[in-house]
Amino acid sequence: MAEAMIKAVGLTKKFEEFVAVDGINFEVKKGEAFGLLGPNGAGKSTTMRMISATSQRTAGDLHILGKDPNQKGPEIRAHLGVVPQSDNLDRELKVWENLFIYGRYFGLSRAFLKKKVDELLAFAQLEEKRDAKTDSLSGGMKRRLTIARALVSEPEILLLDEPTTGLDPQARHVLWDRLFRLKEQGVTLVITTHYMDEAEQLCDRLIVMDKGRIMAEGSPAELIKQYSSKEVLEVRFGSTKNAEAAQNISGLGDRVEVLPDRILIYTEDGEKVLKQIVKLGFEPVTSLVRRSSLEDVFLRLTGRQLVD
Amino acid sequence: MNSTKMTWQGAAQIVDIKKAIFWGPWYVAEQRLRNMSKWLVSLISFGLGNPILFLFAIGLGVGSLVDANAGGKAIDGVGYLAFLAPALLAGAAIQAAMDETSFPTLQGFLWEKNFFAMNATHLTPNSIVIGVLIASLIRAALTTLLYEIVLILFSAITWASVLPLFVSAMLAAGAFGAAMLATASKVVDDDGFFAIVGRFVIAPMMLFSGTYFPIASLPIYLQPIGWISPVWHATNLGRVLSYGLPIEPWLFAIHIGYLLSMFVGGSLIAGRIFAKRLDS
Ligand SMILES: Nc1ncnc2c1ncn2[C@@H]1O[C@H](COP(=O)(O)OP(=O)(O)O)[C@@H](O)[C@H]1O
Ligand SMILES: [Mg+2]
Repeated sequence: MAEAMIKAVGLTKKFEEFVAVDGINFEVKKGEAFGLLGPNGAGKSTTMRMISATSQRTAGDLHILGKDPNQKGPEIRAHLGVVPQSDNLDRELKVWENLFIYGRYFGLSRAFLKKKVDELLAFAQLEEKRDAKTDSLSGGMKRRLTIARALVSEPEILLLDEPTTGLDPQARHVLWDRLFRLKEQGVTLVITTHYMDEAEQLCDRLIVMDKGRIMAEGSPAELIKQYSSKEVLEVRFGSTKNAEAAQNISGLGDRVEVLPDRILIYTEDGEKVLKQIVKLGFEPVTSLVRRSSLEDVFLRLTGRQLVD
Repeated sequence: MNSTKMTWQGAAQIVDIKKAIFWGPWYVAEQRLRNMSKWLVSLISFGLGNPILFLFAIGLGVGSLVDANAGGKAIDGVGYLAFLAPALLAGAAIQAAMDETSFPTLQGFLWEKNFFAMNATHLTPNSIVIGVLIASLIRAALTTLLYEIVLILFSAITWASVLPLFVSAMLAAGAFGAAMLATASKVVDDDGFFAIVGRFVIAPMMLFSGTYFPIASLPIYLQPIGWISPVWHATNLGRVLSYGLPIEPWLFAIHIGYLLSMFVGGSLIAGRIFAKRLDS
């Protein structure tokens, strides 16, 4: 069995009386890409800060690289790479200086860093911005720089809190590609996200979080298999007719979810159900058959949508 | 896209944790100095420009007036500029140290949040505090030296007093830098906080601390301001060290003790506030 890089048992964080993380258990193995998927406020960042040994837990046990962060904070942090939810770059400094200075924090030599900075600039596709003031970078570039910075000490675990939030689709794909490469290098990744496609793309295994609790755990495929059907039929009847139609087709498929703007029917065969609906005399304005996703898993588990 | 694979040995191989922890404060100072270096030209121009203007206006203008009335031995038996120099140096060093402990702290906690980035490495709140202080003292040292060069050029101080004056100015810088660091680390949003500190704390302190005239010439009820003011302790110390103003040994010890305890106390308090604020 691969060794546990992170092990949390009953991990809890309270802010005053408010319970942000409510006794969660999980384990992350070496070389794994582990995800925390959940909506805003689920407690993902709070969990991340505890894992990054910068926030004291209120209760429970936590071991990172076999050590307790309450006792060995600095030793643990020396082996982590942290990408926080909002960038905290040195904005007055040049792009390369951000990498260099961060490497200096770890006591890395100037000679080592000279080479490393070039490597990381290439990795983050920021070679042309090498001498630019960091403040002038676009959001996507800043994000890549933050990730590159987290890699300067060659961390054993890379913690990424919403790595692609606020980025355009192209920038996201570039980032995903970079993260895949890190995984190939054997770096253990922990990623929080509220994007189900990101979780599906990047994570070997994930926990679905809501209101500080774990709702489900497994690989994306396992979760979909367990909590959803193979296909989903999405139909829209227009706002006035949605409710009426919903009542009449509620028996179709395995399960029906009525959302404000559309109806989702979970089934093994979407086309077949669509024909049945039309036969019943309801002609949808639009219809779409797609594969189940983690979004559907979340809806099933919580009755709410992941991103609203 | 390129397909270069990164060289990768792993943190366990490349990070020497004992060394990194020991030198942590210095690495923080490196970050601060690199930020400062972006303003180096301004820092040097102000560092030289300020004293030059000040000496022309106050030192030579007011000084010649004072000296003309008192035959060149205006106060404490020395010329007005010699009397003024320790206060000017302490004031400049204090200003420099406070500049480098106030705005960088807002930058670190609020504007850029880079203290949080430091804290995500093995660096601890205390190493950040010490690092910021080291950098602020380096800046204060630079400012003090530039000021002393000007004072030498104006023949306001002697070569022999350069080192003693440097020491007293740096003691003042450390005391105020640490106090400002502790204060600034409490600021959660910058509502002109520093302008208030400048106008209602620093300015009166300079006026009533024996900067421009001996504290003994104040009415007796205003003199306590001078006694509690660290500026007076620094200035008086500078006068003792530079032109041998007679002093009781116990008062000499109080001057140094006062400034050192402000430095140590401020640093300790800052360390606690930092720790609390960085544990998020
Ligand atoms: N420092 C804090 N003080 C008080 N409440 C907090 C603090 N940090 C987070 N919270 C609360 O804890 C809950 C979880 O927050 P967070 O971990 O940031 O969620 P997520 O990252 O999943 O969006 C939220 O309700 C948030 O308001
Ligand atoms: Mg978050």
